[in-house]
Amino acid sequence: MDVVRVQSEDFDVGAESERLHRAADEVGGVVIFIGTVRGGAVRAMTLEHYPGMTEKSLETLVEEARRRWSLAAVTVIHRFGRLLPGERIVFVGVASRHRAEAFAASEFLIDRLKTEAPFWKKEETEEGTRWVEAKEGDEDRARRW
Amino acid sequence: MVVNVLYFAALRDALSIEGERISLPETVHTVGALRTYLGSRGAQWAPLLEWQNLRCARNRSLCGWDEPVCDGDEIAFFPPVTGG
Repeated sequence: MDVVRVQSEDFDVGAESERLHRAADEVGGVVIFIGTVRGGAVRAMTLEHYPGMTEKSLETLVEEARRRWSLAAVTVIHRFGRLLPGERIVFVGVASRHRAEAFAASEFLIDRLKTEAPFWKKEETEEGTRWVEAKEGDEDRARRW
Repeated sequence: MVVNVLYFAALRDALSIEGERISLPETVHTVGALRTYLGSRGAQWAPLLEWQNLRCARNRSLCGWDEPVCDGDEIAFFPPVTGG
């Protein structure tokens, strides 16, 4: 019932949302987080990952979320490759009986994904390309859990 | 003992190599000792020693520097991750 996918192609937000809220009779709410490539100085972004470990680390996070909260269904999809501003990068969706579990579990998943899943962003700007540095704030958010 | 070592992202660019299969001396028992051994092979390998915030994984799970290394392991070194 849970879905973990690492892929270069885009995902269908409507179809993923539909699957989550139809996952079980007891579903009372679905929370979805979608991360996108921010516009501005960045002309494009290339996401590299560690095939094999990436899927494993996302599955481990989903298992931990399931131990901590009562959840009906979880979907995590993360893209890799070259993406343009406005394109979707990541989908985190959680269906549960009540909203509190879905909000908490989705926030946990994206916070921990950002510090544990082996993805690296390289930005293209007018000045050239550069690897994105990890943010201290992301570590702080992940540690709350 | 033979291990498979992988480098990712900015570290791979700095070392100009994606990975290597390497036979280790008997003194190397941990991922931290492996890092020191690999980084001490000359100037080209210095980023392994100098980059303060490197992360490591053993057999595709994040690990600490005191993690033991065994024959046949896949050990990866990389900068802090920036996905999401």
